[in-house]
Amino acid sequence: MSYPSSTSIVVENATKAFTLRYHRTFKEVSVAKMRGQQISDTFKALDDVSFTVEQGESIGLMGLNGSGKSTLLKLVNGIMKPDSGKVLTRGRIAGLIATGAGFHPQLTGRENVYLNAAVFGMGERETNRKLDEIIEFANIGKHLDSPVGNYSSGMYARLGFAVAINVDCDIFLADEALAVGDKPFKRKCLEKMEEVRNSGTTVFYVSHAAGSVRRMCDRVLVLEEGRLGFDGDVDAGIKYVKYDSDDEDKDDDELGADI
Amino acid sequence: MAESTRPPVDHVVDAPLTSPAATQGLLEVFRHRYLLKLLVRREISARYSGSFLGLIWSYINPLSQFLIYVFIFVLLLERDRTENFAIHIFTALIVVHFFTETFNAGTRSIVRNKALIRKMSLPKEMFPVASMLVSLYHVAPQLVILVIACVPYGWTPDVLGMLAFLLALGIIMLLGTALALLFSVANVYFRDFASAVGILTNFVRFSVPMIYPFTLVEERFKGFSEYYLYNPLAEAVLLVQRAFWVGTTSDPAATAATELPDHLFTRGLVMLAIAGLALVAAQLVFRSLEDKIPERLN
Repeated sequence: MSYPSSTSIVVENATKAFTLRYHRTFKEVSVAKMRGQQISDTFKALDDVSFTVEQGESIGLMGLNGSGKSTLLKLVNGIMKPDSGKVLTRGRIAGLIATGAGFHPQLTGRENVYLNAAVFGMGERETNRKLDEIIEFANIGKHLDSPVGNYSSGMYARLGFAVAINVDCDIFLADEALAVGDKPFKRKCLEKMEEVRNSGTTVFYVSHAAGSVRRMCDRVLVLEEGRLGFDGDVDAGIKYVKYDSDDEDKDDDELGADI
Repeated sequence: MAESTRPPVDHVVDAPLTSPAATQGLLEVFRHRYLLKLLVRREISARYSGSFLGLIWSYINPLSQFLIYVFIFVLLLERDRTENFAIHIFTALIVVHFFTETFNAGTRSIVRNKALIRKMSLPKEMFPVASMLVSLYHVAPQLVILVIACVPYGWTPDVLGMLAFLLALGIIMLLGTALALLFSVANVYFRDFASAVGILTNFVRFSVPMIYPFTLVEERFKGFSEYYLYNPLAEAVLLVQRAFWVGTTSDPAATAATELPDHLFTRGLVMLAIAGLALVAAQLVFRSLEDKIPERLN
């Protein structure tokens, strides 16, 4: 099937199953064999999911715990491949998914920024150009040149976020608790994400918070036990997952706090 | 407020619609060479961080080994069958170290970097390759010590000798990467492999002409010395001995003729080709197993 040049993400009949328990010892395996028990068991995390996303769309992915949201995000990110069906994306993928990935506690904040940026596919020149913006966003002052192992958890997370959110990308994924950081930092993240969305980047946002989904997204996908249960309008989607009765003011503060 | 709502910007992406997962294997690693460089640098600087002597440790370690062998084999056991026996040993030690470091660290590399692999789509071959490069980096200080030890014996570099050294490095680089690829993915499936590799590498130093000269193998095993030479590590050691040890003896030409096997370079080139094929095979196996890596790393 061919897609127009404005298509950003294609997920076609994607199915992904996991084995429930991989690592078994020799003893466990032999005992199970003798008793004629089954050695492995699988479950489908995603079952025949299909949708397409146009460039610039802002998708809210909702669903209960264990409905397959994170697995779907991993397929879109390319960390995992579907067992059957296919997943296609256009352009560079970044976002609040690999914040602090590859951070080494013994290296300085600055060294880790370069490494983390390279993980997102940024070259040396591009990182140099973005460095001031990243430092300003992280706002960790003179700690930048001390090892990140000495950072407070808030500082560590802020530095990770600052790199991830400043990557120029075509698809922006967000699947991480924004519970870290203080209130001003959360607000800054949300503002930056809106800026990313307004620049025409495709946003794929996993959240339980109806308020922030309403604020960020123009389309909602709902997963139910690995199947796509709903695809459409934001308000109808929130109603579908029955999150509309939640206290809205609280949700806005806790932007995706509990994923 | 002067700020108004942004007009929607047309964000045109000039890229094909492709699978987001990395699929090009080792070629992809080459394309990510800037990240590879940073990963190698991270390994090296993290290893010596927090220590006062820092990189000097990478000199102390091989130097201490060299001195131990000098003490045991030259002063204590008085082995005078082989000329400059300490240098004979040290040339082999460089090859053995490079190989075992690559093999051991490479085998653990994917499990050690699981935080990264579970979060971002990267060519996973990157990590075994980075392990090999870190080990290669540590060859340099050993080489410095070796050259300093060789010069008093009248050793001077010769073109053929340096080619032999590069050929040996090439064989170990390809072979080490091939084994690191295979065992790094195997180690994800069963962590037993890291332990098994630790034991395997114990045998390496005895399978090469290090604490015994190659002539002894020819003498004792007669016709079977041919099979001994099928070991790529033994071949690499002999090449490095051709590059450094032979030049330190009183009559290098005679030493090369009597102490080294015939057709040393032809054998070396064949081994290089075999190591290259092993790498291709390892890549194919790796490719078929890598899809399950992220979900098995926990």
